[in-house]
Amino acid sequence: MTTTPEGGFQALKEEQIQQYLHDSIVVPEELQANVLVTTVDKIYNWSRKASMWPLLFGLACCAIEMIATASARFDLARFGMEVMRPSPRQSDLMFVSGTVTKKMVPAIVRIYNQMAEPRYVVSMGACATGGGPFKEGYTVVSGIDKYIPVDIYVPGCPPTPEALIYGLMKVHEKVERQSIQQVPWYRKERSEFVPIPVLGPDIFDPRQVQLIREHTLGEGAAQAATDDGGGITLKPNLLTAEQKQQLREIKARYMAAKQPA
Amino acid sequence: MSDEATMVAEEAPAVEHSLNDAVPGAIIGEWAEETEKALFVAPDKLLPLLRHLKENEAYDYLSSLTCTDYLSYGGKKRGGISERFDVVYHLFSTANKGGSLNLHVRVPEGDTVDSATSIYPGANLQESEVYDLYGIHFAGHPNLRRVLTWDGFHGHPMRKDWKEAYFEEDAKPFRSRHPKGGYQWQEDKLPWGKNATYPPEWDPETWEKPISYVPVSQAPHHKPGDIDTDSLVINFGPHHPSTHGVFRMLTRVEGETIIALEPEMGYLHRNHEKIGERNTWLMNMPFTDRLDYINSMSNNWAYALAVEKLAGIEVPERAEYIRVIMAEFSRTLNHMWGIGFILNDLGALQTPAQYAIEEREMILDLFEEVSGARLMCNYMRFGGVVRDLTPGWVERARYLANERLPRALDMLDRLLSDNEIVRGRGYGVGYLPPEDLIALSISGPMLRAAGIKYDVRKAEPYGIYDRFEFDIPTLSDGDIYARYYIRLLEAREAVRILQQALRDIPGGEVQGAPAYASATLDQGFGTIMGGKGGYTLRPPEGEVYHRVEAPKGELGFYLVSDGKANPFRYHVRSPSFINLNGLGPMSVGYKVADAVVILGAIDIVLGEVDR
Amino acid sequence: MFGSGLLKGLGVTIKHIAETYIDDGKDSPSRYENSIDLGNGRKIIRQSMDQEGLLTIQYPEERRLLPERFRYIPMLIWDTEKNEDRCTACGICAKVCPPQCIWIVRDSDDAGKPITRPAEFYIDISVCMSCSFCAEFCPFDAIKMNHDFELAVYDRYPNLIYDKAELTVPVEYYATLWPVQYEQEETVRHQKEEEDKRKAEEKARKAAEKKAAAEADKSADKPKRSSEEIQALKERAAAAAKAKQSDGADAKKARLEELKRKAAERAKQRRENDE
Ligand code: SF4
Repeated sequence: MTTTPEGGFQALKEEQIQQYLHDSIVVPEELQANVLVTTVDKIYNWSRKASMWPLLFGLACCAIEMIATASARFDLARFGMEVMRPSPRQSDLMFVSGTVTKKMVPAIVRIYNQMAEPRYVVSMGACATGGGPFKEGYTVVSGIDKYIPVDIYVPGCPPTPEALIYGLMKVHEKVERQSIQQVPWYRKERSEFVPIPVLGPDIFDPRQVQLIREHTLGEGAAQAATDDGGGITLKPNLLTAEQKQQLREIKARYMAAKQPA
Repeated sequence: MSDEATMVAEEAPAVEHSLNDAVPGAIIGEWAEETEKALFVAPDKLLPLLRHLKENEAYDYLSSLTCTDYLSYGGKKRGGISERFDVVYHLFSTANKGGSLNLHVRVPEGDTVDSATSIYPGANLQESEVYDLYGIHFAGHPNLRRVLTWDGFHGHPMRKDWKEAYFEEDAKPFRSRHPKGGYQWQEDKLPWGKNATYPPEWDPETWEKPISYVPVSQAPHHKPGDIDTDSLVINFGPHHPSTHGVFRMLTRVEGETIIALEPEMGYLHRNHEKIGERNTWLMNMPFTDRLDYINSMSNNWAYALAVEKLAGIEVPERAEYIRVIMAEFSRTLNHMWGIGFILNDLGALQTPAQYAIEEREMILDLFEEVSGARLMCNYMRFGGVVRDLTPGWVERARYLANERLPRALDMLDRLLSDNEIVRGRGYGVGYLPPEDLIALSISGPMLRAAGIKYDVRKAEPYGIYDRFEFDIPTLSDGDIYARYYIRLLEAREAVRILQQALRDIPGGEVQGAPAYASATLDQGFGTIMGGKGGYTLRPPEGEVYHRVEAPKGELGFYLVSDGKANPFRYHVRSPSFINLNGLGPMSVGYKVADAVVILGAIDIVLGEVDR
Repeated sequence: MFGSGLLKGLGVTIKHIAETYIDDGKDSPSRYENSIDLGNGRKIIRQSMDQEGLLTIQYPEERRLLPERFRYIPMLIWDTEKNEDRCTACGICAKVCPPQCIWIVRDSDDAGKPITRPAEFYIDISVCMSCSFCAEFCPFDAIKMNHDFELAVYDRYPNLIYDKAELTVPVEYYATLWPVQYEQEETVRHQKEEEDKRKAEEKARKAAEKKAAAEADKSADKPKRSSEEIQALKERAAAAAKAKQSDGADAKKARLEELKRKAAERAKQRRENDE
């Protein structure tokens, strides 16, 4: 390793401060296996990536930055993304741009289901990623990834247009790593239909009905019933030592992978 | 639940008040600490009193209607009355300028209040909201339903004893963050890993979804004898390119003509108020950015003004100027944005909008330079602004205000005002008579486009608006075209104010204290160089309602302090939400395609509608 | 007149095109005349207020000049001189944080007595609202706002929960991003340190007078070290002041050189430490 970085601030930033920054991406193992560089793949991926049509779909404040990204100053047209399609059937890319509320989730999941494969989801902003500043709120979903698979998370509140474009380039990278041989959408067992969550007394996922029953009707119910505030309070489920260990390992792996060799 | 709260107070005798002469026995209490005077009204005398006020005393504008839950209010009950809920009315007069009349109706849990909709139709959405969030029934309301949550939602979330899934403590800061703040994922608290709670003994398997429908039938169907046509309901949204976000309109149409329209919102309900009551006073500042996210500066200012009024904080001269400059810049950019998107709704997809928001980027650059962010400025603090302007900023702003913005507005005017499509689709569409607009509590450019010269900057001047020379433009038509054109005119007036403010702004050098932040608070709330550590504000006990003329209309903050570090009640009277009262009446009789433009010309922002 | 709207619209567009070329002409010979080169073909371009034509910034090759006050995600400052965290785990940032996304574990010694140093420091940036209250209210200038916005990740958990190692940046990095504020803070700190030193000296002198010679040795030791420190500080402040005076690319370059040198030194030191 050289000691003196060359090439100005950016190189310096990359070489010296690398470990403090967060812009290096670990290629997940399953994707690394996919880097199959055939000509077909190249053409296939190039054409897909160069004409990705986003869904015209704004949720909250982040949508304003999304519009700013699409307009003259930052110009998504440079990436072949200027055609924002209002119809999910015609679009490949969904920006979940803003706070996802429980009332909105069923609609979003339905839209997602309507999009044709290959489809990508960008979770734009803190809210869509993890609930953001409104995470504690009673009708806010803590991250759209609870309901639909997300390809890229762009943190920031709101992400500046540049940050969003950076995220889109990461999507491009992801697209480039896919191989026509392995992509799921030409196979028999096509991608799943995500069950649409239901608005009951509170939102619930049809897949979790049994789990919820255990808690509302089972043991925990009696203790929960003591609170008359309308909602129920469950004892916070602290992380077990095992889980903590697990987290630490994930984290360590992540850090190790980030560090330049 | 404390017994005290549900206990019915002893018959409070009517107090001395001039209003009691007109409506005997109406006023049963007063509560006026140093802040605003609150009158307590006997629940059964509410309607006669309101009618009297509207008819005889010219209080024709119901600005805000909200509710407070006094369940956990420490110390004395307000005004000697102790019922749990307090429905608050703020009335103004559009003819006589001046302050508000604050009426309070205290009711115990489970009681109904008479609906004010028969006198002030503008109470419609606000009463629905109170019903939704507090569970208070309004007798006589035409269409009381959950507007922000959904049918079947468990409980009424704004009640003080209602706890959400990730509930930690009643007030921030949470103790779990420091000094033993090992990170804990909120999701791990609940077995299903989501932000949801379910009532005990609720069985998701046998549960059936209640049939919920939004009544869209205010207008009569065809008369007998007409050709027998059937009306049908067309749904717009919540994901629809014309709804400016996640908003839903249900229209009942006959042919292509709308015979009823019902707005449906709540798709962006982010619990602003519930979170706001848990936050400290200061923490709410960045949250206000996210109300009307196009004009974070105006929201900041409105909130800062309300708290300053409550806590009695002085603002230095330079800061006042900076605030006016920021607010007027954001008014300009909002109106340009609005114009661009009205055109978008008219079918001129993207191109005019692109030109209209080009200058916006310049203004955002200026905002970013002083505050650090393009959209979420979080720039104002109680008693000033967070940091001074940067060197050279004023010159650049002057260039914008004196040359570039007038030029851009002229360009838009030339390009659009005579355009036959704008005229053809704008003239006569979405008309409502001025008195209806006032009755529906509509505010902002919509009022002025109908010829009502009402602007909070003149009616109840705040900040230093009385120093500037500017007009309130009005147009008389009250249709889409007028609403488009009034925005252009207002943007021009905003630029005029900008020019004056940028000319007169005093220098940044003041002996000792920073010129941009209050010296009366030497902790310097949130000022970088003005000292550190002053992050806890405890305004004296009291309540305040302060409104400003935000670009979209009248933005008000109703705050109740119990003398603690967190607001006891934090309510936002948002113009976008209340302006939607007019959407239905305005659209009836026009074509479906017009409804889109009518909505566009109201200029809503969903962050503010749903909060 | 029928069609006049169309003509007018086309006129505006044509004018815009023409203005774009005029703007380009003004920038001759190159669009990048005034820009700062970041290497790798990336440049920071400056856009002037009177640019009438197209304003497109071709990110990622071209970048906007971010203002100093730009804020994105917080960072923790590592004091390279003292070789320690500036953070003292006082928890003020965690207290003012509106969405409460900062989690701090205060360090403690073996006896369990708390020491002013964070053992762990987390920021959940999937919650952070970039309000910069933490930076505003930190009494030790230990947490500041980073300008780095290229943070998109493929996996949210745990990548978006930044721990102390990920948050920490050396103070020089901060000085490059926030030159004006850094300098102001340094001046304040400088004054304070002088004050402290004076007080300490006074105290030491008094103590020395009272106590035995052996103790006096010790007190003589201390001011000596801190005066060295002051010297270094002064030098740096002077360099920074000079850098500020000559505004523009040169100054930035000089700062970068300085930064580079320091960073290299530090890297060397770190390697030595590791070995
Ligand atoms: S992340 Fe921030 S800007 Fe984006 S939607 Fe949420 S609150 Fe708004």
